[in-house]
Amino acid sequence: MSTAELPKAVDGPLTFIDDRLGSTTFMKRNLKKVFPDHWSFMLGEIALYSFIILLLTGTFLTLWFKPSMTDVIYHGSYVKLDGVKMSEAYQSTLNITFDVRGGLLMRQIHHWAAILFMAAIMAHMLRVFFTGAYRKPRELNWLIGLGLFTLGLLEGLFGYSLPDDALSGAGLRITAGVIQSIPLVGSYIMFFLFGGEYPGQDIIPRFFTLHILLIPGIILALVTAHMMIMWHQKHTAMPSKDQAETHVVGYPFYPVFMAKTGAYFLFTFGVISLLATFAQINPIWMFGPYDPAAISAGSQPDFYMGFLEGSLRMMPNWETNLWGYTIPWNVLIPALVPLGLVMTGAGLFPFVERWVTGDQRYHHVNDRPRNAPTRTAIGMTGVVFYGVLWLAGGNDIIAYKFDVSLYATTWFFRVAIFAGPILAFIITKRICLGLQRSDAATMAHGYESGTIKMMPNGEFIEVHKEPEEEQKAVILSKEEPKPSLPARDENGIPAPATKGLLGHVRARLNRAWHIDNITVEEGHGHEAEGADRELSKGH
Amino acid sequence: MTETNAGSPEPQDTPKRVIGTPAPAETHTLLAKGDDEPAAPAAAADELDEKSAKRAERVVALFFVLTFLASIAFIAAYVYVGRDGGMHGADRTQQANVLLGGAMTLSFMAMGIGVTIWVRRLMTAKQIVQERHGLASPEEDRRIFAEGALEGGADTGLAKRPLLRRTLLLAAAPLGLAPLVLLRDLGPLPEKKLRHTFWRDAVAAAKAQGKPGVRLLVDGSYRPLTISDFDSPGGMITVVPEGIEQTADPLNEVAKAATIVINVPPELFKPLKGRENWHVNGVVAYSKICTHVGCPAALYEQTTHHILCPCHQSTFDATNGAKVIFGPAARALPQLPIAVDAEGYLIATADYDVPVGPSFWERGATQQ
Repeated sequence: MSTAELPKAVDGPLTFIDDRLGSTTFMKRNLKKVFPDHWSFMLGEIALYSFIILLLTGTFLTLWFKPSMTDVIYHGSYVKLDGVKMSEAYQSTLNITFDVRGGLLMRQIHHWAAILFMAAIMAHMLRVFFTGAYRKPRELNWLIGLGLFTLGLLEGLFGYSLPDDALSGAGLRITAGVIQSIPLVGSYIMFFLFGGEYPGQDIIPRFFTLHILLIPGIILALVTAHMMIMWHQKHTAMPSKDQAETHVVGYPFYPVFMAKTGAYFLFTFGVISLLATFAQINPIWMFGPYDPAAISAGSQPDFYMGFLEGSLRMMPNWETNLWGYTIPWNVLIPALVPLGLVMTGAGLFPFVERWVTGDQRYHHVNDRPRNAPTRTAIGMTGVVFYGVLWLAGGNDIIAYKFDVSLYATTWFFRVAIFAGPILAFIITKRICLGLQRSDAATMAHGYESGTIKMMPNGEFIEVHKEPEEEQKAVILSKEEPKPSLPARDENGIPAPATKGLLGHVRARLNRAWHIDNITVEEGHGHEAEGADRELSKGH
Repeated sequence: MTETNAGSPEPQDTPKRVIGTPAPAETHTLLAKGDDEPAAPAAAADELDEKSAKRAERVVALFFVLTFLASIAFIAAYVYVGRDGGMHGADRTQQANVLLGGAMTLSFMAMGIGVTIWVRRLMTAKQIVQERHGLASPEEDRRIFAEGALEGGADTGLAKRPLLRRTLLLAAAPLGLAPLVLLRDLGPLPEKKLRHTFWRDAVAAAKAQGKPGVRLLVDGSYRPLTISDFDSPGGMITVVPEGIEQTADPLNEVAKAATIVINVPPELFKPLKGRENWHVNGVVAYSKICTHVGCPAALYEQTTHHILCPCHQSTFDATNGAKVIFGPAARALPQLPIAVDAEGYLIATADYDVPVGPSFWERGATQQ
């Protein structure tokens, strides 16, 4: 027997399970699974924990919520709506708010957690994108992540439609109008979804089932797959002198990472419950029950739907009538194109990058964003595109708060949606290259220590210092691009990969990807201070 | 910055800093150092002397006790806000939210802080190294798998028995389609339902009784509207056809039939061709359902006579057939022909002549 013996209370059940499943081998291997540390690796965890909070609070809410559009007259404890006709869904939401102790808190936690869930997913995706963590072998997890984001959007839309208040009804009305605009089958899909004409009696029970069963089920399955793949492939690491493609350095899962991540869950829950306590969200009792003939100014969806709202707002009013059939471009384009561009682009990106760079290797150590200027610039193009759409979703608020013409804001966004991303690409790329130059200078001449020294002859110089090992390792994590594929081999035969239109495009893109690369390499070995003196004299 | 840098003294040979110069850059290296650099003392209990460890332990314990108390307070608050049998409305709800939420926040936060201090000050934590391994299966495995797969495929006989293969495919196709058929009863077909509103039925019913048209009722109060309600030019009134409450599904009918009545000063009003008698001295009725995606176009600006949809800011000109002035809507708001009956009430004499609300494929190129 081994020298280490577990306490009987642990050993008993463990042996029972191990005898039947052979699970201890797995646990031996994974007990000390390494998790590298970096603050940005926590973003995905926020999403995970928000999701758990959503499951917990959502289950609580279903205990009282009645997904029914049957008319009732309200006589509950919220006297301002006494005697008002409303749907049972709205009534039960009022009851959860005003009659179930902690009901309002749970509703607000649920809503805030949903917002944090989407925000964390976005931040996590940006982190993964800009550090190149989606590269081989992690493309599948990137795609699963995109799926989770899309499902999160749908889940949110269905969720905030459920209370059947005046604001959520406006969202539903827009959803119906957008669906109706689909060529050929729009009105049919709308009728099938709503069980007839808008609003009908079916949409809330149907959304309820989708919201509490189908979509969370799929999300749960995908989250599980996401985590298992991450676990199996091991986490990526940020460049550092300790990390390498061949190994990973970090804290063991048990006990350090477990305790840290446990604390992190508590903080996430704590922050959400703090928001739910003091920051009111979606006060449905103030909006009143849904009435298809009423709406209030300044109607806004949750933030993650804002980009779709913005694209609907900024679109010019184009519509085509051909042979008696109508194609409403003013609805179709904004509803499909931006989301399609962003999601398709993000989904294809790892594969396009692999094709363009010809890089088939595994990547476990992340890139610094500056060291992949083209990728970073494309990412910022997407961010600005999304950002302009999102801001346009609040153009009425912007016009009101800043006292500018509503139409001027619309025109601004119509221009910005094209100009913004182009500018973002150029500026980001320049910033990346500037940072690369600064790295190159640090390697060649040392870094600026901030210490000014007076020379005997009265001249002032700034002392430059040799960078520390860690800093050097980080800077040198930049990979110099390999020369692009030669168009012809030494015998003058065109290389197979460069033939044809596709090969030509690939060669062009490959060149564009690496063009204006700044070479960053070890300094030339001279004393930092000596080099510095030369440098300062040169100026 | 963390403890890592707090203790690092400036090298001896560095000249004294002159006031106003920036701090030596070495205290902030290019990459911010993580809190858990291998050298960081943060994570090593053995580097703590027993005295400070004891102190850290007491601090952690304090936070855990705080969590305990906050949870007790949560239960107490729950009981307290339910005194005399329920919350009885908004005030108590607000109180409950602050008490329950505050206690809950405190208990999560205190425990989180406690665990964090425990990990950072008391837990023995050393970074360890793990090898990364290739993820691909060995060539040998791939080969054996390919052989097995081919052999199994050959065993099925599918490759050499096309009849088997094709009929299997034939069998599978409708089997997969059948569940889709089950979804057919999700809803009725649209037919012509989107083409007319309850105004049509209401006008027809009124005419059957020998009346010239159906009265406009104010939405909400269901009071019939008279022309004298518009003595002074001004706001906008939402109306629905008389009898809409008695329909099978009033919300569905309102969602199409909601109409706005506006009093446009007669001197500004420009009736469209063919609609010269659709208004009553500048009092005009348009569909309230925006032609963009169907929000109620509920805002009316009296000075400019613009109708604005608050959802996406489509703007319509009330003086000129509600034509689109700005925004994403492509078509004017449909106009409802109205008149005055013998008793001075406003009536509608016909349904809208085009489908109201958002565009759809089979809507047709009916006039703007």
